[in-house]
Amino acid sequence: MTIATLQLPHRKPHAFLLIAAVLWFALYMVLEPLSHLLVGTLPVEPGSHLYDALQFFLYDTPKVLLLLTGVVMVMGMINSYFTPERTRVLLSGRHEGVGNVMAAMLGIVTPFCSCSAVPLFIGFVQAGVPLGVTFSFLISAPMVNEIALALLFGLFGWKIAALYLGLGLSIAIVAGFVIGKLKMEQHLEDWVRDMERVQATVGADELTLPDRIEAGFASVREIVGKVWLYVLAGIAIGAGIHGYVPQDFMASFMGKEAWWAVPASVLIGVPMYTNAAGIIPIVEALLTKGAALGTVLAFMMSVIALSLPEMVILRKVLKPRLIATFIGVVTLGIMLVGYVFNAVV
Amino acid sequence: MKNIKVLGSGCANCKTTMKLIEEAAKEKGVEIQLEKVEEMQDIVAYGIMSTPGVVVDGKVVHAGGVPSRDKIAGWL
Repeated sequence: MTIATLQLPHRKPHAFLLIAAVLWFALYMVLEPLSHLLVGTLPVEPGSHLYDALQFFLYDTPKVLLLLTGVVMVMGMINSYFTPERTRVLLSGRHEGVGNVMAAMLGIVTPFCSCSAVPLFIGFVQAGVPLGVTFSFLISAPMVNEIALALLFGLFGWKIAALYLGLGLSIAIVAGFVIGKLKMEQHLEDWVRDMERVQATVGADELTLPDRIEAGFASVREIVGKVWLYVLAGIAIGAGIHGYVPQDFMASFMGKEAWWAVPASVLIGVPMYTNAAGIIPIVEALLTKGAALGTVLAFMMSVIALSLPEMVILRKVLKPRLIATFIGVVTLGIMLVGYVFNAVV
Repeated sequence: MKNIKVLGSGCANCKTTMKLIEEAAKEKGVEIQLEKVEEMQDIVAYGIMSTPGVVVDGKVVHAGGVPSRDKIAGWL
């Protein structure tokens, strides 16, 4: 029986995916009643601060981990269709405009890690992808990622997740477009500029569905294995804020009335470096305590999209002026999003 | 003797890849010469777009993410 189950992804990949999906949904549905049941058995008075904090923790932890596993699995499979090499072929020779839009969208589905930012950057430039289009990709890839979207969806619902998606893409498209228009090619490091141009090609893709399922499992092992601790820590901090910080406490300095809150949040966010998984539970807790949505999203975007380690790596291929422009344009975009959000929501 | 190079700028995945290859070689009793390539210009000269990459006897066999044990065994 066990052996049969283990072989199912290989023998009957479609059946396996269907069964896995059904089980996943069933589990997702019973989480909330289960968490109430569980807290009910504890010797804690209902309605107390501790009760609230515990219930938040016991419900959110499995929910977030389950969402994360599901999304990472699916994205791992989708990623196997969009290798960086293939994305490069799709983007090479594109003009600005259409190229920026495509690059930003491909940034969502192409696997990306900031430690690969430089080889990827060079690979794009070498194949004749315009600089601005390359930047659209570099901005969208870390910011609009599946982890951020899954968590936003799970904790705030589809509207906020869709808004984040739309705004993240807009920033990537516009910022890349602006950088392209500034014609900053001479601010690439000399060795990058002088490199031989290559024709972008891509080898045949021989992956089968079982291979892609295997790729999904591999990314679950890698990503969930790495971020679960951040998630737990984030939810624990969030639970603390949830149960103990008074309602509307945040409203005074992260609320809509404080005009300086958006730039301040972005400035605090830039040097901070964590992934979406760690920051979102904290974001949720801040929101429930009266912080304005635009301010919080701006904070989150700056934490994820602009990170110090990535800038240090990119310095190897970009001269300081181009890095400064990159940071400046993205920061402005994020602040704009923060203000717009605060004004309309 | 096989010459194996791991291309990567020192991220955690690159270190894991080095370790896995060393272990696999020891297990199989295959003698290898393992090198680490950290200089960005040398890495991109191999034409890979994601790290860690693995080069066996001058040929790129892997790019992006930690390779599986089976894959490593195949190179040896």
